[in-house]
Amino acid sequence: MTDFTQLGLKAIRDGVAAGDFTAREVAEAHNDAVAAATDLNAFIVATPDHALAAADKVDADRAAGKDLGAMAGVPIGMKDLFATKGVQSTAASHILEGFVPPYESTVSQNLWDAGAGMLGKLNMDQFAMGSSNETSYFGNVKSPWRKNGSNAAMTPGGSSGGSSAAVAARLCPAATGTDTGGSIRQPAAVTGITGIKPTYGRCSRWGVVAFASSLDQAGPMARSVEDCAIMLGAMAGFDPKDSTSIDAPVPDWAAALDADLSGKTIGIPREYRMDGIAKEIDDSWEQGKAWLRDAGAKVVDISLPHTKYALPAYYIIAPAEASSNLARYDGVRYGLRDLPEGSGLQDMYAATRAEGFGDEVKRRILIGTYVLSAGFYDAYYTQAQKVRTLVQRDFTEAFAQVDAILAPTTPTPAFALGEMQDDPLAMYLNDVFAVPASLAGLPAMSVPATLTEDGLPLGLQIVGKPMDEQGVLNTGLAIEQRAGFTAAPGKWW
Amino acid sequence: MDRAALLCGWAAFRRTVRVTANVRLKRGARAANANGMSVTREEVAKIASLARISMDDDAVDRMVPELNNILAWVEQLGEVDTVNVEPMSAVIPLEQRLRDDVVDADPKTGGGRRDDILANAPVAEHGFFGVPKVIE
Repeated sequence: MTDFTQLGLKAIRDGVAAGDFTAREVAEAHNDAVAAATDLNAFIVATPDHALAAADKVDADRAAGKDLGAMAGVPIGMKDLFATKGVQSTAASHILEGFVPPYESTVSQNLWDAGAGMLGKLNMDQFAMGSSNETSYFGNVKSPWRKNGSNAAMTPGGSSGGSSAAVAARLCPAATGTDTGGSIRQPAAVTGITGIKPTYGRCSRWGVVAFASSLDQAGPMARSVEDCAIMLGAMAGFDPKDSTSIDAPVPDWAAALDADLSGKTIGIPREYRMDGIAKEIDDSWEQGKAWLRDAGAKVVDISLPHTKYALPAYYIIAPAEASSNLARYDGVRYGLRDLPEGSGLQDMYAATRAEGFGDEVKRRILIGTYVLSAGFYDAYYTQAQKVRTLVQRDFTEAFAQVDAILAPTTPTPAFALGEMQDDPLAMYLNDVFAVPASLAGLPAMSVPATLTEDGLPLGLQIVGKPMDEQGVLNTGLAIEQRAGFTAAPGKWW
Repeated sequence: MDRAALLCGWAAFRRTVRVTANVRLKRGARAANANGMSVTREEVAKIASLARISMDDDAVDRMVPELNNILAWVEQLGEVDTVNVEPMSAVIPLEQRLRDDVVDADPKTGGGRRDDILANAPVAEHGFFGVPKVIE
C-alpha cells in the first residue's frame, strides 16, 4: 500500500486525478501523521475536518466528471499568519489567541478554490518576527532533523518554522509560508526543503497579518521545485483588495519549467563572501556554480556594493513598519484585553500590549517607535529608505549583465534551540543573505544542496529579476536535478 | 570542515559583529551627547509609553542595552553616501488604483458587516465596542 505521506504535491494531485487513489485516503494519512507528530509542535491547531471536507469535494467532483483544480486533493499546512474563516488565527501571539476570523485571506481562498484542503494552522515566530521559531507564544517548533549522534533539538528556522518542519517531516506535502526578510528561504534551507518568495505584489497580502507591509510576501514551501511552481501558481494573482497587488497575468510556471540554462548568465556576488562564514557554506556555493555551468550557464562574478548595509537598513525599516502595523492591537476590537482594576482606556492599551506581545515583538515595536519619533526620523528611517534605494539599484545594475544570482541561503546550517536566544543581533544575522532580495522586492528561492558532515541540510539561494519567477524556478530546477537531494530526517517523534 | 571548526567560524563571525557593535556603541555613546544616537533608560521608558506598552523598571533596564546594541549596529548606515538618493517609496512600480465609486464595491470590504466586525471584540454591547469610561 502506498504511503501517501511520502508523495509530493504533484504526485498526489495527479494520482487523485488518475483515480489511483482517493483524495480522502490522502487526507486521512496526513491527518494521522499530523496527530502523531505533536512532539514537533509544528501545528497550533489541527483541522482534520477541513482536510476531509475538501478531499470529499474533490472525490465527488471527479466522480461527477468536473474539472479539477491545480491543487485538487492536496492537503496542505497553513501558516498561522493567514486569516482562515472560522479557524483560530493568531500569528503565534497571545494577543490574538482565540481570534476567529469571519473572513478568509485571499491566498488561502485561492488555494481552497484550487482544490487544496487544510490540515491545520502552522506554528511560527510570533508575528513572523524571528529566525528560529523560538518567539512563538505556543512554544518552540522542533526541527525533525537532528545532528548525527545527537538528540539535541534543532531549530527549523523561522519565521515559517512550523511550515518547514511539517513539510520536512512529511506531515504535509506543502505549506504556505511568508517572507519579510527571509522567512520562507531560511527555514526551507535549514530543513532541506524548497521554498520561493515571489516578486513583491504577486501574492495578495489581504488577510495576512501585517508585519512590514512593504516587504511581506507569501509563497509556497514544498519538497520540489515543480511542486513550488504549481502551488505558487495557485496562490498568486491580482487582488483589488491589496493596494500593492500586481495587476499582471500569472504565467503557468510549472508548465514552462526548463532546466536547460544554455545562454543564461548567473552572477556570483562577491560581497556575499563574508569573513568567518563556514567553509561548508562556501563549498556548497562552489558546488552550486559547477552545477549551473553543467546546466549550460555562464557563471560570472558581480558586485552588489551595498550588501553589508542591507541588514541594518532592514532592521530600521521592518521595525518601523511593524510599530505602525501592530498599533491596531489595543484590546478593543479583537484579541486579548487586560483591564487592570480601576484603570482607564490608556492603561488598558498599555497593559493589554504588555501582556499580549512577546519580548522580540516588544523590542521591534520599541525600535520602530524610536526611529520614527520626532528628531530621529531622518537620521534613521529616511536614511534607511535611501539605502534601500541603493540596494535595489545594485540589483538593477547587476541584472543588466546576468539573468539570475546564486548565493548561499544562510550563513550556517541549523543551530540548536536555545543557542542564540539571548543574543538578538546574532539571531538577526541568520538572514544576512536573504534580506537584500527582500528590500529589492525580488523573487528568490532556496533549494536543498547537500548535507553537512553532521547530517544537517544546506540550501542554495537563487535571486531573479522582478517578475521573473520562471528564471528563478528554472535555475532552481537545474540545481535540484544535479544535487539529487533525497535525504529525509529519520523519524524520532 | 567538521562541526567544531564550523562553529568556530560562526563564533568568530558573531564576535566580529559584536566587537563592531560595541565599538560603535562606545562611539555612539560619545556621539549621544551631540546627536542623541543612544538611548537612556528615561528615553526607553518614554518610547514604551509612546508605544503603549507598559514596562516595569526591570523590563526597562533589560531593554536599554538591547536597544543600544541594535541602534549602535544600525548606525553604520551613516557611512553610506546618500546625497542625491531618493528614499524608496515603493519597491515595485505602482499606480494608485481607484475603485468604482459605488457603495460596497467589494462585499468583503464594504459595509453591512457589523456583527462580523464585533464578533471578536472582548466587550461588545448594543452594536458597539465596549471600552472603559473615557470622560471623567
